[in-house]
Amino acid sequence: MTALAPRTAGDGTIQLATVRTRNYKLAISLAIATVLLGLLFLVAPRSGVSIFQIGSSSTALKVADIQVPSGSTAWITWALLLVLTVLAALDAWTYRKARLWVPIVYALLAVFAFLTWAAAGGGVVPVSGLLAGALSLSVPLVFGALGGVIGERGGVVNVAIEGQFLLGAFSAAVLASITHNPFVGLIGAMVGGVLVSFLLGAFGIKYLVDQVIVGVVLNVLVTGLTGFLYGVLLAPNEALLNSPPTFPRWKIPLLGDIPVIGPVFFNQTFIVYLMYVTVAVVAWALYRTRWGLRLRSVGEHPQAADTVGIRVNTTRFWNVSLAGAIAGIGGAYFTLVSVPHFTKEMTAGVGSLAMACGIFGR
Amino acid sequence: MSGSTPTNDGAAGVPLGEAELPRAGGPLTGEPAPREGEEFPPTRSGVFLKELLRGSAVTTFLAIVLAMIVGGILIAVTNKDVQAASSYFFARPGDTLVAIWQGVYNGYEALFRGAVFNARGADFAAQIRPLTNSLGFATPLIAAGLGVALAFRAGLFNIGARGQMLVGAIFAGLFAFNLDLPMWLHLPLTLLAGIVGGALWGGLVGLLKAKTGAHEVILTIMLNYVALSLVSWMVRTPELLQKAGSNQPISAPTPETAQYPSLFGPQFPLLNWGFPVVVVTTLIVWWLIERSSLGFRMRAVGENPHAARAAGISVQRMYIYAMLFAGGLAGLAAMSQILGSVTSGFDSGIDAGIGFDAITVALLGRSRAWGTFWAGLLFGALKAGSFTMQAAQGIPVDIVLVVQSLIVLFIAAPPLIRAVFFLPKDESELSTRGKARAARRTARSEEKAVAS
Repeated sequence: MTALAPRTAGDGTIQLATVRTRNYKLAISLAIATVLLGLLFLVAPRSGVSIFQIGSSSTALKVADIQVPSGSTAWITWALLLVLTVLAALDAWTYRKARLWVPIVYALLAVFAFLTWAAAGGGVVPVSGLLAGALSLSVPLVFGALGGVIGERGGVVNVAIEGQFLLGAFSAAVLASITHNPFVGLIGAMVGGVLVSFLLGAFGIKYLVDQVIVGVVLNVLVTGLTGFLYGVLLAPNEALLNSPPTFPRWKIPLLGDIPVIGPVFFNQTFIVYLMYVTVAVVAWALYRTRWGLRLRSVGEHPQAADTVGIRVNTTRFWNVSLAGAIAGIGGAYFTLVSVPHFTKEMTAGVGSLAMACGIFGR
Repeated sequence: MSGSTPTNDGAAGVPLGEAELPRAGGPLTGEPAPREGEEFPPTRSGVFLKELLRGSAVTTFLAIVLAMIVGGILIAVTNKDVQAASSYFFARPGDTLVAIWQGVYNGYEALFRGAVFNARGADFAAQIRPLTNSLGFATPLIAAGLGVALAFRAGLFNIGARGQMLVGAIFAGLFAFNLDLPMWLHLPLTLLAGIVGGALWGGLVGLLKAKTGAHEVILTIMLNYVALSLVSWMVRTPELLQKAGSNQPISAPTPETAQYPSLFGPQFPLLNWGFPVVVVTTLIVWWLIERSSLGFRMRAVGENPHAARAAGISVQRMYIYAMLFAGGLAGLAAMSQILGSVTSGFDSGIDAGIGFDAITVALLGRSRAWGTFWAGLLFGALKAGSFTMQAAQGIPVDIVLVVQSLIVLFIAAPPLIRAVFFLPKDESELSTRGKARAARRTARSEEKAVAS
């Protein structure tokens, strides 16, 4: 960090100097990761070949597996990582803003290098399988984070995502089991999420209780409530109330045939497609519609919004409800896609991870 | 001991100054206006804490009653007999009412029997055993609750009691379990190791918040995961914590010399010397927060960090201290678990939800030391009673979570309690409502004028 002091020029006027800062955050993080990876390769060297299995049996187009020599590939990738780290450090040194592609490429290369090392000695890396696993883990996170973002933009800290997940998962399981229709379960999940949001709104907006505290307490409340109802209602009537049908996989005709990503992204359940649509719609609507403008104004400057006639509390209340509905869909993923069965505390902290994702993605 | 109840704290000569301050009058949005040049506008937590501290014992009591009523409704609705009787409700409504009364009464009677006094016990020891069980369950809750409460007073929301407990257990397991010492040395050393472990984990949060401005809620949530994974990994690794000659992911059992001795003998299995330790700790924390200069500075930071900074208090240092103490108290809670309740070795579930219950305990105790103590006792009793409730009446223990969280929610919203029990509204409520009505009236008359 350099700061140039104001100079006094010859004629006595003070010339203000621009203060420029060097931001080393990215460079330092990359350097730490590079050193750690290098140490790993150095301390535990592994030889042989690593096999990357690109295609999967379900695709029409067969792609041959790629074999790479483990040791040299890992070290070459590591050298590339080092170059990227130096690049980031140079950028920071010359006061330039960090380039966005550097961390992205770095992350991809680092994962590649690590997988090469981990699969050394003839190990197989199922690329499609890994991607599919990552996607299925991320679906509830994405919905939850969207719920968090909508709340955050409207000036309500939505910590109750965990509770919205859990009640969503619960009501989805019960309703889908009764009606034998996963879509009814999905709607039930949204209603469940909205109910938690109503409580959050009632206490956090109407009674002005600290929203973080309401959120945390609501999570406990929903954990207790679903656990209680599971014990007295679901456990004795498993067949009737807790055996929801799952969403079938739908393959999108052309996109689903793309070799690597096709089966991963376009041979999925309804909820995953709904996720693509929801993300796109929310991202567009936040910045391009009247709803988004109002929501952001209520969050950023409630007094100003109030002055121009937007009802701050009402707007917040309904948007938190919307956030609850979206998070509820994420909850439905647990019982209508992952495991067709509700169990106590099945969301196990995914809600707080989703909150962190929302904050990370701003 | 004049300050032995939460309501007496003010009377004990602690001029907290809340009563003199003008009411935090929010504008229409209920959020205080952010002032120029301020990175952090005074958050709602400030208003919330004031509300929490202002609330009276009456509100607390009514909140507990209301939460028990809601719990009773849940019990009644899910009761088999009630469901059977309600099918012919209109023919004989009396049956349903009797069934509801029976279900709820039996449930809460079992709760009382498991928590306070068992009249069916054979001798006095058996009759009084539930009470000692409650004290045993309350011990870690109080310790961890004190940690959360102390952080609250410094304006920090510590959700990380769970992680701090786990790291406390790790430290005790790594540094104190393998020693061979006499009890008078081994027990304090183990306690110390646990407290230091928790304090370091908590202090890390304070350090990161002070140095980088990271939000402590996110930090503590994430560090909980780190600690959880750390314990899971360590109890799987034979060189670290895993029990020698075992494949189970569990640590070695707590050595005999490090365990808390029983307080009144083996007929009260859950009550041990951990309880007196926690009582003394409560006293120390009370002194620290309410009487010491350090506590005064921490409270100043919690009330208003900007004013505290202007007064020459190092806000960053206070954050670090507060989190160090909070973590240490959570570590003490972990010690009461592994030195008292679970001596057969621990795994990643050693915190048993106490880390999160501690938040509700601290909130119910209004972030005061003795308030937290009584709240911990109440929640310990609920916990002890819930097991009897499940065994005798088939009511899942989770009902206690519902009741606990409802108590905290209701306490945090006194206007709701006042509305439910038809208590007089407080002045500000009346005035805001009057203002709103007047505004609506003028708006309506203006509309009429425009229309005509």
